[in-house]
Amino acid sequence: MDQKLSLTIDGKKLEASSGQTILEVARENGIHIPTLCYYKGTTNVGACRVCVVEVENARSLVASCCMPVSQGMTVMTNTEKVIQARKLVVELLWSSGEHNCLQCEKNGNCELQDLVYELGIEKPRFDIDSPGYEIEDTNSMIQRDLNKCILCGRCVRVCNEKQVHEVLDFSMRGSNAKVGPAFDTDYIHSECVFCGACVDACPVGALSFKQARFKGRPWEIEKVHTTCPYCGVGCQMDLNVSDGKVIKVTTNMDYGKPNEGMLCSKGRFGMDFINSPDRLKTPLIRRDGELKEASWEEAYSYIAEKFASIKEKNGPDSIAGLSSARVTNEENYLFQKFMRAVIGTNNVDHCARL
Amino acid sequence: MTNSIEEIEFSDAILAIGTNTTENHPVIGSCVKRAVRQNGAKLIVIDPRKIGLVDYADIWLRPKPGTNVAILSGLMNVIIEEGLYAKEYVAQRTEGFEAMKEALAKYTPEHVSEITGVAAEDIRTAARLYAEAKSASILYAMGITQHSHGTDNVKSCANLAMLCGNVGIEGGGVNPLRGQNNVQGACDMGALPNVFPAYQQVANDEARAKFEKAWDVSLPAKPGLTIIEIMNAAHDGDIKGLYIMGENPMISDPDLTHVEAALKNLDLLVVQDIFLTETGSLADVVLPSACFAEKDGTFSNTERRVQRVRKAVDAPGEAKDDWQIISELATKMGYAMDYSSAEAIMDEINTLTPSYAGITYKRIEQNGLQWPCPNTEHPGTKYLHKDKFSRGLGLFSAIEYQPSKEVPDEEYPFFLTTGRVLYHFHTATMTRKSEGLIEKYPESLAEVNPNDAKKLGIKDGDFITVTSRRGSLQVKASVIDTPPEGTIFMNFHFREAAVNFLTNPALDPVGKIPEYKVCAVKVEAA
Ligand code: SF4
Ligand code: SF4
Ligand code: SF4
Ligand code: FES
Repeated sequence: MDQKLSLTIDGKKLEASSGQTILEVARENGIHIPTLCYYKGTTNVGACRVCVVEVENARSLVASCCMPVSQGMTVMTNTEKVIQARKLVVELLWSSGEHNCLQCEKNGNCELQDLVYELGIEKPRFDIDSPGYEIEDTNSMIQRDLNKCILCGRCVRVCNEKQVHEVLDFSMRGSNAKVGPAFDTDYIHSECVFCGACVDACPVGALSFKQARFKGRPWEIEKVHTTCPYCGVGCQMDLNVSDGKVIKVTTNMDYGKPNEGMLCSKGRFGMDFINSPDRLKTPLIRRDGELKEASWEEAYSYIAEKFASIKEKNGPDSIAGLSSARVTNEENYLFQKFMRAVIGTNNVDHCARL
Repeated sequence: MTNSIEEIEFSDAILAIGTNTTENHPVIGSCVKRAVRQNGAKLIVIDPRKIGLVDYADIWLRPKPGTNVAILSGLMNVIIEEGLYAKEYVAQRTEGFEAMKEALAKYTPEHVSEITGVAAEDIRTAARLYAEAKSASILYAMGITQHSHGTDNVKSCANLAMLCGNVGIEGGGVNPLRGQNNVQGACDMGALPNVFPAYQQVANDEARAKFEKAWDVSLPAKPGLTIIEIMNAAHDGDIKGLYIMGENPMISDPDLTHVEAALKNLDLLVVQDIFLTETGSLADVVLPSACFAEKDGTFSNTERRVQRVRKAVDAPGEAKDDWQIISELATKMGYAMDYSSAEAIMDEINTLTPSYAGITYKRIEQNGLQWPCPNTEHPGTKYLHKDKFSRGLGLFSAIEYQPSKEVPDEEYPFFLTTGRVLYHFHTATMTRKSEGLIEKYPESLAEVNPNDAKKLGIKDGDFITVTSRRGSLQVKASVIDTPPEGTIFMNFHFREAAVNFLTNPALDPVGKIPEYKVCAVKVEAA
């Protein structure tokens, strides 16, 4: 199956395995071919044709994301014919929507904007004809502005093929084509479970995380790779930090296992607690029946004295500790060390049983 | 998990029992669905509730709550009776087969059908599907463990997997899906009354000597109390001081009335958390800690993968990392703990925890490693028991079905079973602060089967009163065909309808896990 073969891309002699596409081989070798509808891990549909290349002896341009390599193939990714074809695609997409970058969350990180710039298009040769959809603003998590949708289908494929939530699909045809939940309902009234995968997949500003609207532009955001604090799957995610606050959660398919870029609603939208005004900010000590603010020094002294006197009167086994399945390994390690080495008891457990 | 999440997608068959995977481990739920839709895996779902995976199943067995041992025994009875088991594997890699076979003899599909209510023919079909697959993975969660016979349930799953040669192979395994992000790690790190890190017994002199040397202190040999025993001892006045870090037993424990009395009976209750929880409000001292986004460290996921947690933002006010608080308190109490970072603690863990010896921050910078990972050259372990079991031969257990401690009767005619919902987590201290999740699931709902609703004279959205021998509460009803007739399902996320005022604290004698999944209640229109 996995036969080695050789081919040439842009004059470079390359090795590849049979079954790979031209796009995959090019990317592996650092050769840039732009794409829009291609989305790693989902079916290659060849819908946008922005990835076209010239193949020697082929009658027309081919979509590199769908075309498997063959022995001795000669590919050119950058000919005038290719550039003109890409320009036509991009100008059509540009003019068929309302790509106003001024207030767009994707500004600076938009695959369509990148292409316009890369191809040096001053303005599209067609009149701009936005479909005039209303912005969907009926839930607090995902905002949809289908006027920016380029119908690449990435959201549809990730929802069906990767998450298998089977919510999104294309409806209508031609210039009325649209993506969304069945019967043209909005997300909140559909079967959508708010995993947010479609937003990560969207190459443009059609889908965005609503709570992060106007909270930080792509270049103002620092992404911190971490592990989800909820269930035992341990999904890898990026906390997006702007101005010292976590404003949204995104993923990166390249992090690989265990979640390959997927999350659920908790990991995606369950982070408001970090910034909650209810967070505890100082130690509290009960005085006259009420919990009152105290300094760390007071709190430590209070606890240390009480533990010491209980230990002296009733022995170390009259003290117990509950560690937590929510905190880190390092903290669990230290907690049991504390109970065993400092208090002197094995009365330590956590709530895993519950 | 004996095996890895990535393997599920390529298993030939998947048996999901006591796991509502699409809601509680959604990303694994998607793996299962991909296995079915894209790779043609056979899916067997065993659950009293019509959970999300049922739509993807080749066969769904719907046993009465609390009858897992019977149903699993029925499957094994068929597999042995029809000669479908892995004879060579059983002969070479296991022991105890004959005794188990004898115990299973009476669990014919017909007999099991009487206990569980599942049609005998369906038991046969499911047994064949599982046994005939080249690799088959068993997934389970709290629906297996939270029973007074939870250990028997777990052993039955292991029996079934070994019987068909599914342990120690790619795509197979017995795979408990851990509920909380770092249950695996808390256990690995010895936050248990009987073991040090990596399950080294506290009662073992050699193990103790090793830790005494490393920690430069003498250590107690007597295993300690489990959480439920701690609560009981506090109630009786034998435990006087309790230090709780990051847990909220005032919602998560069974029998909350008892827990409240126990906590109030203490001379000193210290609670360290990110919010003032229900438990914290009863404390003498509350210590503010940093949350996962504010600190460095590691979590170990359900497939034993140790992964990095990284500081993204500053903690609010004076809140500190839990490890800093513990260190400072220890130092105050005369035992110096002086770590410069979380990584420095991991360095110490590496030296005392054989399965974590090779897991350093440097190695898990990009991708986590799965333990056992005995040295820094070791690539980690994708699945366990490859050529032999850790104990040598795999041991079959002979198990008898035992009914749940409390089953419906005339006075309390309904089963009550509990669990989680997609949009909330555990005691919901975190998820309830999230606008989006609250928008999707704003309040507690008790699921009632439409036929029961008719008999009770209630409609969707009406309030009902649910009463057990231990307590009573009012909750809004969601009339839906997810639970079977005669069973109410409630989640334990909401303090306004804290279901653990109702649940039965009966414990599994070995696992000491309470019977959250089954108790008897009466239900009335409120
Ligand atoms: S949020 Fe998830 S479930 Fe909802 S439409 Fe997007 S991909 Fe599908
Ligand atoms: S919403 Fe985004 S991802 Fe979906 S089809 Fe439109 S542009 Fe593509
Ligand atoms: S994102 Fe969802 S599935 Fe993933 S670890 Fe978090 S809670 Fe679990
Ligand atoms: S990326 Fe190849 S056709 Fe769209």
